Amino acid sequence: MNNVQEYIDIYDRNKELIKEPCAQLLNVAREKAYIKFKALGFPAKNDELYRNSDIVKQFDVDYGMNLGRIQTVVNPNDVFTCDVPNLNTRQEFIVNDSYYKTDKQNKTLPEGVVVGSLNEIAQSNSELLAPYYNSLAESGDSIAQFNTTFVQDGLVLYIHKGIEVKETIQLVTILNANIDIMSNRRILIILEENASANLLLCDHSSNEHKSLSTQITEIFLAKGAKLNLCEVEETSYSNTRLAQLFVNQQECSVFNHNNITLTNGFTRNGVYVMLEGKAAETDISGLVINDRKQHTDNHTLVDHKVGHCTSNELYKYILDEESTGVFSGKMLIRPDAQQTNSQQTNRNLCLTKCARMYAQPQLEIYADDVKCSHGSTVGQLDENALFYMQQRGIPIDEARHLLMYGFAGEVIERIPIEAIRDRLHMLVEKRFRGELNRCKGCSLCKQ
Amino acid sequence: MENLIEIKNLHATIDGKEILKGINLTVRPGEVHAIMGPNGSGKSTLSNVLVGHPAYTVTEGEIIYKGKDLLALSPEDRSHEGIFLSFQYPVEIAGVSMTNFMRAAINAKREYLKQEPMSAGDFLKLMREKRSLVNLDSKLANRSVNEGFSGGEKKRNEIFQMAMLEPTLSILDETDSGLDIDALRIVAEGVNKLKRDDTSTLVITHYQRLLDYIKPDIVHVLYNGRIVKTAGPELALELEERGYDWIKNESN
Repeated sequence: MNNVQEYIDIYDRNKELIKEPCAQLLNVAREKAYIKFKALGFPAKNDELYRNSDIVKQFDVDYGMNLGRIQTVVNPNDVFTCDVPNLNTRQEFIVNDSYYKTDKQNKTLPEGVVVGSLNEIAQSNSELLAPYYNSLAESGDSIAQFNTTFVQDGLVLYIHKGIEVKETIQLVTILNANIDIMSNRRILIILEENASANLLLCDHSSNEHKSLSTQITEIFLAKGAKLNLCEVEETSYSNTRLAQLFVNQQECSVFNHNNITLTNGFTRNGVYVMLEGKAAETDISGLVINDRKQHTDNHTLVDHKVGHCTSNELYKYILDEESTGVFSGKMLIRPDAQQTNSQQTNRNLCLTKCARMYAQPQLEIYADDVKCSHGSTVGQLDENALFYMQQRGIPIDEARHLLMYGFAGEVIERIPIEAIRDRLHMLVEKRFRGELNRCKGCSLCKQ
Repeated sequence: MENLIEIKNLHATIDGKEILKGINLTVRPGEVHAIMGPNGSGKSTLSNVLVGHPAYTVTEGEIIYKGKDLLALSPEDRSHEGIFLSFQYPVEIAGVSMTNFMRAAINAKREYLKQEPMSAGDFLKLMREKRSLVNLDSKLANRSVNEGFSGGEKKRNEIFQMAMLEPTLSILDETDSGLDIDALRIVAEGVNKLKRDDTSTLVITHYQRLLDYIKPDIVHVLYNGRIVKTAGPELALELEERGYDWIKNESN
């Protein structure tokens, strides 16, 4: 556990440097998290929840951390023009681990919408965020504690009661440095009663050096609030992403989450949804396309605490070459959660003998009047379908692409915003043809 | 007239078991041949070998198609060269729409023939035109290939694809199985409308019924991996009446 001690030492030595530029709200949580992290350490290999993902190894690299808040020289608007066609988005950036302010963001959002730097808003309007910041991640595992210990900035999206933001907000995270770098970032989303928003998170943490990011997202959906969240990872083979998403849903709120892993190195995504208000709906889905030695682990929990809620979960993996996929998803139906309607599906394709899938669907039901189902399959491309297509003259490689594309399409179809759906159809098709490494508009990318 | 396809002394195995034991068959342009025979005689094996199904191994013999060595061609190229199999059990392909599937097929063929890809407008027009030939619902075009299609719709969809690809040699593998009389008539009428003087058809069937609609020029009986009898259309009627036992007795 040497590298745990290393990070404890880094914190002890740089405590004041870390705290100095940060809001009190962050620093108070930091102190508590540090104690927890010190006690927990990184998840060990015998930790059931991390059985197939070696986290300790990810921290072996000597990453640089920008604790002194040195201003980045990268202007994301110059290097990054990843527009989604036919979609008017408001773009926000986190470069390395800091919120990036640009002039372009001065477009007027509806009144009652707060969007900006976590650290700045926590300083200027601390009482707005105080009830929320770290209240969900506080009980999280050591990755969450690690993030809270070191985090200095991130993004806040706060939408006041009844406001519907039509424009899609796009947050792009970029890692760019000439050393191996670590970034700890934070996203805090609060939707008051009947507010609604669409958010697209693009993780472009691409770097020619090794990189590791921890990303904790906390989402609060008050009564009747509605959030569509689409996350796309297009990082690099030398990137490690440790992301956790905590969602708290109140009565009649609706949460739709699509997590698409297109290009990555080592990824662990945790999605933890707590259904606390009646008749809340949640729809979480994921698509993983891995090759080489890529590793993607999606770990989910949908916690039905009260009755009359609906949850739908669909995760699909396409694993080529020597890649590894891990899916462990739990649906927990507590004793009070009568009239729950819950469904979990996990389907996986292993295209080679060396590709590996570890699937662990779990259903825990403590209520007696519920409708729940779960299922998981691992298989290869359907030989009969391939031959049928060949007989119609479709070359075997094209036939494989069509089948994979068809398999992936089910997840993409669940994205509620048409322009993002179209964009992802295109990206996935390009990914299968091996044409996708980066968006063309991004000059940061050397691959 | 030159032969379209000439099968000479064809032997084929699956999982090491010999199913075809020396098939000889010649089809000339414009001819309709029926291949009949009891269960397990090798009818479906023959159609699978013709289209290059990887599960079957040809151990002896040759197939000359349009003057070329057919067995040297990949399944895709056999298709591009005009061989079409209407599957006995059409395969459901989840997530692949009929439109995308057909467009990939048409454009692959055009690429093989060194033609430009078909424009989207022309393609949709062609789809519409050919769909009406077998009364295929336009809604099915947006659905995944064969997914959720009824038995009759699946068979009509096979003939629709045949119409799109305009093959030179069509093999209908038990196209009548699972069809009611109305569906059978629609399918058979579709096949007849597509028939040209220079295209040929191999109709594989158990029963005379389909042959009332698709009139064969020549009828063969396949038994135990060999063609044991060849005659005119009257043979099919005789088989309907007498069954296969007398043929089995004759050939054993």
